[in-house]
Amino acid sequence: MTLKASNLTLARGGVPVLTGLSFVLEPRAALILRGPNGAGKTTLLRTIAGLQPAVEGEISGAADQIAYAGHADGLKAMLTVRENLMFWAQVFGRHDITPALDAYALHPLADRLAGTLSAGQKRRLGLSRLLVTGCPIWVLDEPTVSLDTDAVAMFAAAVRAHLAQGGSALMATHIDLGLEADVIDITPYRAMTTLRVGASDEAFL
Amino acid sequence: MSIWSYANPVKFLALSTKVQPFLWVAAAGCVIVGLIWGFFGTPDDFRQGSTVKIIYLHVPSALMAINAWFMMLITSLIWLIRRHHVSALAAKAAAPVGLVMTLIALVTGAIWGQPMWGTWWAWDPRLTSFLILFLFYLGYIALWEAIEDPDTAADLTSILCLVGSVFAVLSRYAVQFWNQGLHQGTSIPVATGERSVSDVFWYPLLTSMVGFGLLFLALVLYRTGTEIRLRRAQALRVRAGREL
Amino acid sequence: MIALLMRDLRLAFRAGGGFGLGLAFFLIVTTLVPFSVGPQPALLSTIAAGVLWLGALLACLLSLDRLLALDYEDGTLDLLLTAPLPLEAAVSVKALAHWITTGLPLVLAAPVLGVLLNLPGAGYGWLVISLAIGTPALSVIGTFGAALTVGIKRGGLLLSLLVLPLYVPTLIFGAEAARRGAAGLDPATPLLMLAGITLATIALMPFASAAVLRMGLR
Repeated sequence: MTLKASNLTLARGGVPVLTGLSFVLEPRAALILRGPNGAGKTTLLRTIAGLQPAVEGEISGAADQIAYAGHADGLKAMLTVRENLMFWAQVFGRHDITPALDAYALHPLADRLAGTLSAGQKRRLGLSRLLVTGCPIWVLDEPTVSLDTDAVAMFAAAVRAHLAQGGSALMATHIDLGLEADVIDITPYRAMTTLRVGASDEAFL
Repeated sequence: MSIWSYANPVKFLALSTKVQPFLWVAAAGCVIVGLIWGFFGTPDDFRQGSTVKIIYLHVPSALMAINAWFMMLITSLIWLIRRHHVSALAAKAAAPVGLVMTLIALVTGAIWGQPMWGTWWAWDPRLTSFLILFLFYLGYIALWEAIEDPDTAADLTSILCLVGSVFAVLSRYAVQFWNQGLHQGTSIPVATGERSVSDVFWYPLLTSMVGFGLLFLALVLYRTGTEIRLRRAQALRVRAGREL
Repeated sequence: MIALLMRDLRLAFRAGGGFGLGLAFFLIVTTLVPFSVGPQPALLSTIAAGVLWLGALLACLLSLDRLLALDYEDGTLDLLLTAPLPLEAAVSVKALAHWITTGLPLVLAAPVLGVLLNLPGAGYGWLVISLAIGTPALSVIGTFGAALTVGIKRGGLLLSLLVLPLYVPTLIFGAEAARRGAAGLDPATPLLMLAGITLATIALMPFASAAVLRMGLR
């Protein structure tokens, strides 16, 4: 499934942050977003994931194809690792969580409550959720936060395996994962303050 | 030129600033004439004495209390369907006016009820419905205040207004059912709005109602203007902040 | 959907899930009523049905702010929004889970508390029936309120302010049915009205709740 975004204008809190952004994400490819804090990486990823509408522009090939992982992992502290994963697998209509546990070395932790895990372990569990969704397009917002070197390697391996199976990944990250990935720097697409189109409050100016 | 062109805040502001002086004068004129005519120019009711004169405050405010919500319902729908900011802001501006109108209707109702029914408050279906309407206004205003993003606030309050309208109507019928069920055959007088009023009372009442209507319109235009200017100031501030 | 229901139930029954809090609250409110109005059996038996309905309603309200807020804080709502499960179904399931963990125990506990308030013998059956019919509406309407206030910090009080006026028709018909039952009158009309409200809210409110959630999470 090819993800296409053309001529996107995005707003955050009623103010335009990005404009004129286009990209194509083919199967088996990864795309890495770069840009300083506040440039609009999270806004872009949330828009691609369908959590907020784009002010202008079109996104195609995204419907029901996307597994999104944001800053929060959506874990329940009072459920075990296995129960957490099982829940998300069932939401996406699947039942096999073993590959996910394998990929992030979660077997020893499988029956621990998620609330007792360390920050890095929680993150690993959050990322392993992507594997149980079975969705071809991964949209990841700073996936490597609080991961140690070993865990980053697990993540890179998981992404590589995902790409090899025909999936694709769009992520905002500052760490070099050693992937063959295109990089988009979104800084040039930052919306100028003079831009009036797209902001919800433009009518008031 | 279509009416929707006034959905542009700048255009709306220009027009509303122009008509407001006339509105204020007309509203003040009608209210003053209606009230003075009503209070001093009409005979006392043979049964109710001079207490009947509170009708010139009670009925117009009750009328506007309901119409304000009705207006909010329509402007909310317009916002949800056509996403005109002025519409959402007009709904926001109307709510406190409607709240005060409801309060006036309740207070004058109590003052009227005291000599007539011998009690400040009775759980008469009509009074109770207004009390519930008052609660709906409070919730609506509180929700506007609680949400930081103005567009999200407009969205959520619009849906609340729609859902609230359905439940308000439902409550009205539930309350009628409930009170009949409680006190079967009690002789609480029907609130005077439905009573056939003779011409002597009717014309000053009509003047007062028109006055309240104009007053409501003027207040809403004024408050909507304030809201538009606030949004404008905020939009300018945000842009200035981004340039730094 | 079943997975979501099972997860919510499991969470409610685990430590810190808050199961039983509503029930305890119901018990305490019912206990406090005689302290405030006096212990005369005749007075208590007249107000018993209404007090039990009000207590059940407040107990339902108590747990609403956890209904969606916890899922919002840990990011689950964002992820559910991107999942293939329709959001309307998700909020319906969450309302159902709320009813099973809060409403159903209240229905079952009400007759026991009726004894404390000297509820007339004829009233027990009708009290349970009216609560069983009415409490689902409380959960569904409450879910709408929770969806409205989900992104708001300290939204608990606001939630009560928004939801309580919406509870008026349900309370009126529910309590009226229970009261008529206790007084030996025919409670069919209010019961039917109550059932109508419950069915209509179950059918329509999830759409409003889902719309509001999408807007609020934007």
